[in-house]
Formats: sequence, structure tokens, C-alpha cells
Amino acid sequence: MRALATVPAMTYLVVLMVIPLGLVIAYAFLTAGRFGGVQGPVTLDNVTRMLEPLYREVLASSVFNAGAATLIAFAIGFPAALAITRLPSHWQTAALIAVVLPFWTNFLIRTYAWIILLNREGLLNDGLALAGLGPIDFLYTRQAVILGLTYAYIPLMVLPIYASLQRLDPQLLEAAQNLGAGAWRRFRTILLPLTLPGIITGCLFVFIPSLGNFVIPELLGGGNSQMIGNLIRDQFLKSRDWPFGSALSLMVLALLIIIVMFQASAARRTRRWGA
Amino acid sequence: MMTRTLRSAPLWLLYAFLYLPILVVIGMSFNANDSAYRWTGFSLQWYPALLGDAEIMGGLRTTLIVAVGTTVISVVLGTLLAMALERYLPSRALDAAAAAPAVMPDIMLAIGLLAFYTLVGIALSPVSVILAHSVFGIAFVAAVVRVRLAGMDPSLEEASRDLGASSVKTFWSVTLPGMRPAIIAGALLAFTLSLDEFTVAFFTASPAEPTLPIVIYSSVRFGVTPQINALATLLLLVSFIAVILAQRASRLGDSLRREGK
Repeated sequence: MRALATVPAMTYLVVLMVIPLGLVIAYAFLTAGRFGGVQGPVTLDNVTRMLEPLYREVLASSVFNAGAATLIAFAIGFPAALAITRLPSHWQTAALIAVVLPFWTNFLIRTYAWIILLNREGLLNDGLALAGLGPIDFLYTRQAVILGLTYAYIPLMVLPIYASLQRLDPQLLEAAQNLGAGAWRRFRTILLPLTLPGIITGCLFVFIPSLGNFVIPELLGGGNSQMIGNLIRDQFLKSRDWPFGSALSLMVLALLIIIVMFQASAARRTRRWGA
Repeated sequence: MMTRTLRSAPLWLLYAFLYLPILVVIGMSFNANDSAYRWTGFSLQWYPALLGDAEIMGGLRTTLIVAVGTTVISVVLGTLLAMALERYLPSRALDAAAAAPAVMPDIMLAIGLLAFYTLVGIALSPVSVILAHSVFGIAFVAAVVRVRLAGMDPSLEEASRDLGASSVKTFWSVTLPGMRPAIIAGALLAFTLSLDEFTVAFFTASPAEPTLPIVIYSSVRFGVTPQINALATLLLLVSFIAVILAQRASRLGDSLRREGK
């Protein structure tokens, strides 16, 4: 009787999440209708079309941008998370909220803020002009896209890393230091392996939304830094080729599943070494 | 003291990175000039100008309707789901299904829902956005409420039933009050999430009734305007307040729990 409590929410999720995802999978193997929509016959054309050089390039560029954003977010986020664990404990919650707060504000506005900063007439170029330099076209470059992705998702890197750093026994680091291990060695042999699950979670939290993003490439990258999200959006809303758009999004999903599996097995291996 | 400052340097660097762009937007919203880049003097003119902008006010109206609708559906179904998963029917498969919307690339859900609506003939409107946003909202509310339920002592509910209260009475006078802080926190998060959500709304909203983020997107694509800076500042304020309220609601719960023990 009480199990009935699951019925409404699960029905909701099946109808509005599972079925729609099923449709995307099915549409990827159908043909585009003449006026939008889909029709038979079942085909692999959409899959082979993704392998054309044009689309391969966009795909590679998307993985590169999302990967670069993930690495930079890690490089900034890990030391920051470490710094939070070293604060007095009553300050730690406040410090974390301050990290997450921007994430809860409008994502478009946070992206838009960078247009003001990076524009040719923007503040960064004003600063350069004072030093007698520039102007430099920061905006509408691949670097601007990577910066925007890093900025948008870096709070999601800090949280899980903080959580696993907090569980770490500080005596391990003290012991290593007393035994003469330098900072790099302590990082490589203690901090890194023992917080790897948190690092992997953080990396996925940055990489996954970065890969499918189409707003940041459009607003900060201009027309020449398309990512796979832009392609998917265009197939659905402009060229009305839903089957190809579905196939592209399946490619994103497949890529993500491969990465998750690869990282999970890497984490298992590292844990074995650690033990 | 010096070494402590040095040690927290990476954190200050992160804060500078996170807040500098936000502060610039807030600052520029008070710019007297209508150029979005050059500061010429202080003015409040862009705030009242917002009220006269039909597109922005229309977007605000749609967004509020969508956020309220999403919050209602998410709270009711999310709370039920949390109770079912935590108390009645623990299952790893259901756990995964309940968490899926939070980890899936949002563009997949967006195109899937567009395909689904088209297939079954649901017209795009604020309602279709509410249905879409609630997929995320339910997962969020369920996650927050579950944490709370896991910390609640089930013997209170057992005691209530042993003393002759019906299941309904036990729910209203024991379980629900216990969950209240988490429900409030979950509701605020679902509301904020819906308020700011762009990708799914972009695919599932009617072009005639865009949500505020869609209005912002269309206007930002064609350049920066001081009006958008003013709007952005107000939205930042609303999000900050909602998150802080949600935080206080859930912390209030923690302190109550400690007192109870």
C-alpha cells in the first residue's frame, strides 16, 4: 500500500524523462521528414554523417574546449578547496556558500558579464591601454569560450573536492612532512590518490555540462567557435533535421558514458595502488 | 598571520575570479551613459526603464508563472518520492532514476521533451515549460528531503501509530512537521532553478511567451545594453536571497534536530 507513494513521481519521470530520451534514441536511426518531424525508413545515415570531417572537427573541438575548461577549473579549484579545509571550521560553511552562490545566479548573466570585460572596448582592454598596450580581441576566440566554461562550472569542481579533502586524515600529511617529503611529493603520493574520487566527480561535473553547452560558444566564441551543442540546437530549431540532431546528442551521451567508465576504472586502479 | 594569508591566497583568487564579473555588471547597471562599456557617471535611470519594457515584463510574468508551477509540482511529487525511497521502498534502481535528471546533459532532456511534446500534440506554452522544469525540480526536492528524512528518528512515527493515530494523522502531525525545513529549502531551490533555467526552456517554451532567460538571451546576442545590466542586478539579488533563505531553512532544521536529541 505504502509503495503507492512512488507511483506519482515515478510515472512523471517515466513519461517526461524516460520516454523523451527513448524518442531521441529512436529518432537517431530514422529519416528527416520533408517538413520537419521524422519518417521511415530505419537508417544508419545519421551515424555515418557524423563522421564527415566537418562534424568530426566540431566534435574534437568540443571535447578540447570542455577538457581544457575542466583542467583549468581543477588547477584553480583544488588549491582553493584545500585552502577552505584549512580555515577555522566555523568559517568553512560560509566560505563554501560564497563559492556556490554565483552558481545559483542566472547562467546567461554570468556569461554576459564576460562580454563586458573582454570586449574590444571593455574593461580588460581599458586596463591594457593604461599600460600602453592593446587593444587585444579577447572576445570571439576559443580562449574566451574556455574561460566562459571554466567560469560557469568551477563551483561544481570545488564542492566534491572539498568533501573528500575534509575526510582526509591531516596526520598523514604531517607524517609525510616529518619524514622529509616535499610539497609536490605530498601532493602526488597522498593528497592526489586519496582525494581522487572527489576529483573525478568534480571533473565530470564540469566536463558534462561544458560538452553540451551552446550558449557560451555562441556568446563568447562568436560564429567561428561552434561546439556540438550548437550543431544539435541548429538541427532541431533551424534545419529541422531531428534525426541528425538526435544522433549528435547520442554521440555526446556515448562519449560521456565512455569517459565515466574510463575514469571509474582509473579510480579503481589508483585505489589498488594506494592500498 | 602572514603564512595564513598566503595559504588562503588560492581561495581569494577563486573569489576574485567568481565575483569580479558579477560586480562589473552591478556597477555598470548604475551607469549614466547608455554605452555598456564606458562609465560616465551615476544614475538610477535603468531601473525604472525596466518597468516600461514590454518584452522584459512579459518574460518576467511567464518566468514567475513557470517557477511557481514548477515549485508546486516538484514539492508534492519530490516529497512523496523522498518518503517512498527513504521509508517504504528502498531500491538502488529507483535511486538512480531519481538522480538521473540532475546528471544528464540538459540539451538531451530539452530535445527529448520537444520531440515528445510534438509527438503527443502538447502545444508549447508556459505549461510545457512547467512540466519540463519539474523533471529537474522533483529530483532536487527529493534529494534534499531524503537527507532530512534519513536524519529523523522513525521511532517517533512508530510511537504516534502505537498511540492510536491513523497513518494520515501521523503524517500530518509528525512526519510533515519534521520534514518542513527540508521542504522549504527544496522549494526555494526548485524555484531558483526554474527561474534561471535556460536550455530546457529555450526548447520547450512557446515563441510567443518566452521566459525571462530567453528574453535575456535574445537581447544579449545583439549586444550589451544597460537595461540588461539593471535586470541582471535585480535577478542576482533575488537568487542570492533565495539561496541564503534556503540555507537558513535547512540550518534551522539542523539546530532543531540537535535540540531534540
